[in-house]
Amino acid sequence: MKIAISAEGNSIEARVDPRFGRCEYFAIISEDKDQWEHISNSGAFAGGGAGIHTAQELVNRKVECVLTGRIGPNAMGVLQAAGIKVYTGASGTVREAFEQYKNGLLKQSLTANASLHEGMSRGRK
Amino acid sequence: MKELVVISGKGGTGKTCITGSFAVLAQNKILVDCDVDAANLHLLLGPTQNDQQPFYGMPKAVIDKEKCSECGICANLCRFDAIKEFEVNSLACEGCAVCYHACPNEAIQMAEHLSGYLYISDTRFGWLVHARLGIGEGNSGKLVAAVRQQARKIAEDNRCDLIITDGPPGIGCPVISSLSGADLALIVTEPTLSGLHDMERVLTLVDHFEGKAAVCINKFDLSISNTEEIQQKCKEKGVPVVGKIPYDKEVIKAVRAGRPVVDYTSGKVKDKIIALWDETKKQLSL
Amino acid sequence: MHIAIASGKGGTGKTTIATSLALAIKEQYQVQYIDCDVEEPNGHIFLKPEFTYKESVTVQVPRVDLSRCNFCGRCAEICAFHALAVLPGNVLSFVELCHSCGGCMYFCPEKAISSAEQEIGWIEGGLAEGIDFIQGRLKIGVAISPPLIQAVKNKRLPGAAVIADVSPGTSCPVIKAVEGADFCILVTESTPFGLHDLELAFGMIQELKVPGGVVINRSDGKDEDIERFCKDKGIPLLMKFPFSREIAVNYAKGLPLLAIKPQWKKDLIDLWRKCERMGRN
Repeated sequence: MKIAISAEGNSIEARVDPRFGRCEYFAIISEDKDQWEHISNSGAFAGGGAGIHTAQELVNRKVECVLTGRIGPNAMGVLQAAGIKVYTGASGTVREAFEQYKNGLLKQSLTANASLHEGMSRGRK
Repeated sequence: MKELVVISGKGGTGKTCITGSFAVLAQNKILVDCDVDAANLHLLLGPTQNDQQPFYGMPKAVIDKEKCSECGICANLCRFDAIKEFEVNSLACEGCAVCYHACPNEAIQMAEHLSGYLYISDTRFGWLVHARLGIGEGNSGKLVAAVRQQARKIAEDNRCDLIITDGPPGIGCPVISSLSGADLALIVTEPTLSGLHDMERVLTLVDHFEGKAAVCINKFDLSISNTEEIQQKCKEKGVPVVGKIPYDKEVIKAVRAGRPVVDYTSGKVKDKIIALWDETKKQLSL
Repeated sequence: MHIAIASGKGGTGKTTIATSLALAIKEQYQVQYIDCDVEEPNGHIFLKPEFTYKESVTVQVPRVDLSRCNFCGRCAEICAFHALAVLPGNVLSFVELCHSCGGCMYFCPEKAISSAEQEIGWIEGGLAEGIDFIQGRLKIGVAISPPLIQAVKNKRLPGAAVIADVSPGTSCPVIKAVEGADFCILVTESTPFGLHDLELAFGMIQELKVPGGVVINRSDGKDEDIERFCKDKGIPLLMKFPFSREIAVNYAKGLPLLAIKPQWKKDLIDLWRKCERMGRN
C-alpha cells in the first residue's frame, strides 16, 4: 500500500499540512518497503483547479491512500473515481499522522470536508 | 472561527460602510476586503502599516522574435484573439499555453506575470488584508482566494474568532470565490427595483452553493413599498432580514471624513447599525 | 458611435445615466442600448423593453470519447486550468473550470476529444420605446462572463448610436465590455470611494486607449477633489447631475432620470454630442 500525507515540509517530522490541494509537500510511504519519499506539490502554485491537479499527480504516482486535513469536492471526486482511499482530520507531524492511521484513529471520508476556493464544480464522468 | 461575507449583487448599496462599522463593533476579528478590483475598505479604516506581497496570476505567452518563423500556427489556434502580427496582447491572453505547446520553433515562453499586490495592514480596528488587482487583469477569483487564505492564517495565528469580509459586487468569479466556505453571507440591498432584482440573483447564488444568507435593507425609507416587497421576498425564501438602516446624510459625511459611520456619528443611524450587528452575531451564533 | 458607460465603483448611477441618455437622444438617432453588465443587468427595469427574442449563449467544453481514449494523460497535462483529470480507464472533466481554449481537443493524439456546448447565459432583445434593447444575463453559478459579454457586443448595429452599460470594477468583464468603444463615460460620485475608483477606471480606459470623460452624479457641490483629478489628468469633466432626494425616491420606483427631470433632456443631448465630438472616428 502506497500512502501519501500532505505536509508542510520535506521530512517525516514536518507538520501535516491541513490543505490537500495547496499543500507544499507530500510524504509518501510504501508500507511494504517501509520507505519514505518526499515530493513537492506542483499543485500548490496552480491557478485554478489546484485540488484536481494535485489529485492527478497522486494518481500518476499510483498512490492508493491519502491522509490529509481538509479536502475539497473536486479533488475528492478525482481520488474517489480513481479508487484512492481518503482519510481526513490528520494532525501533528507526518510520523504522528501515519501512527494515527495505523492505529485506526483516522476516519475514512467519502465526501469533501472543505469547500471550493476557485470555480465551483463537480466532477462529471 | 467564523467567516462573515458582506455582499450585495448591485454595487453601491453600502457594503463597505456597513463592513467598516462592523470593524468598529466586532471584537477579536480580522478584516478582509475581497473587492480586489476596487477595494475601498482601507479608505475608512486608515491602515498604518503595510506589508506588500506580489501576486502572480496565470503565466502569459511571450513570443521570442529571434526564434519565430512567422508560421502563424499560434495565432490560428488562439481562441482569445490574443496574437496579432506575431505579438501577444497580454490583456487578451488567458494563459492557456496552447501556443506554447504548438509552436514548432519553441519560440513561445510562458512568462510569470505580475497581476497585482496583496497587502496586510494594521488599522486601529485590527488587521486588514486587502489587495489590488492590476487594471484589466484576470484571475480575480484566484486573488480573492489568496487574500482569504492569508486572512485565515493571520486569524489562526492570532486566535481570532471572526473574519469579516467586504465582498465584491456582482455574481461572477470573485463573488463565488469570496463566498465559498463562508458561514454567513450578509446581503446589503436597497429598496430600489435594481436592488431588489440584484438581491434575488445573489440570493439564488448563495443558495446554489448551499450557503447561509441574511439580508440588510439599507436606506430602507427611500421606498417603504419596495422595502415591504424585499421583506416579502425574503420571507418566501426563508431568509432573515436582520436590519433596516434609514437614509441619513451622516453616512456620506462619515465617508468623506474617511471614518466608519458608527465611529463618526452618534445619531439614529448608529443605533440601527448596532442593532444590525447584534442580529448578525446571532445569525453567526457568536 | 459606440459609447460605454463605466465607473469603477458600483452604484454611482451608470444605469441611470445610460438609460436616460438613450431616452433623450432617441428622436434624433437610431439608438441601441446594450446591457453588458451580464451579472446584474438592470437597464430593463427602467426602459421596460418588450422582449421578442432570447437565445442561449454557450461555450465549448471537452467531450471525451472513452472508446477512442488510451488514457495517455496528454489532455490533463496540457490543460492550464486543470479542468481535466485522467485516471486509469476514465477521464473526468470539470467544465466550470474550462476556459474553452481548445488545447485538449487539438493535442489529443487519439482525436478522442470533441467539443460539447455548455450554456453560460442568454441574450434577450426587443424594443423599448423605439430603442433597440439587448441584454446578456449570466446563468447563476457561472464564473466566467466575458464570452457572454462578447456575444452581446456582437449584436451591435452598425451605424446606430450604441449605448453600453458596463459592470463596476476594472477587471476582465469591464475590459471586455469597454474595449472597442469609441468613447467611455466614467460616472463617479464626490466621495473618497468615488475618487479612488475613478482613478482605477481612468487607468483602465488609458490601457484600452479609449477616449473618455467624467460625469459626476449626485453632486452636492463639494466636487473639488474630482475636479482636481480631472484637471491633473487632462480628462474632460462632461457634466454634473445634482443630488436630490426626489430623484433617489423616484429612481427606487424604477423611473428613469428623464421621467423625473424632463428638463434635463437638452443637457443629455448635449452630453451625447460632446462624446461624439471627442470620440474615435
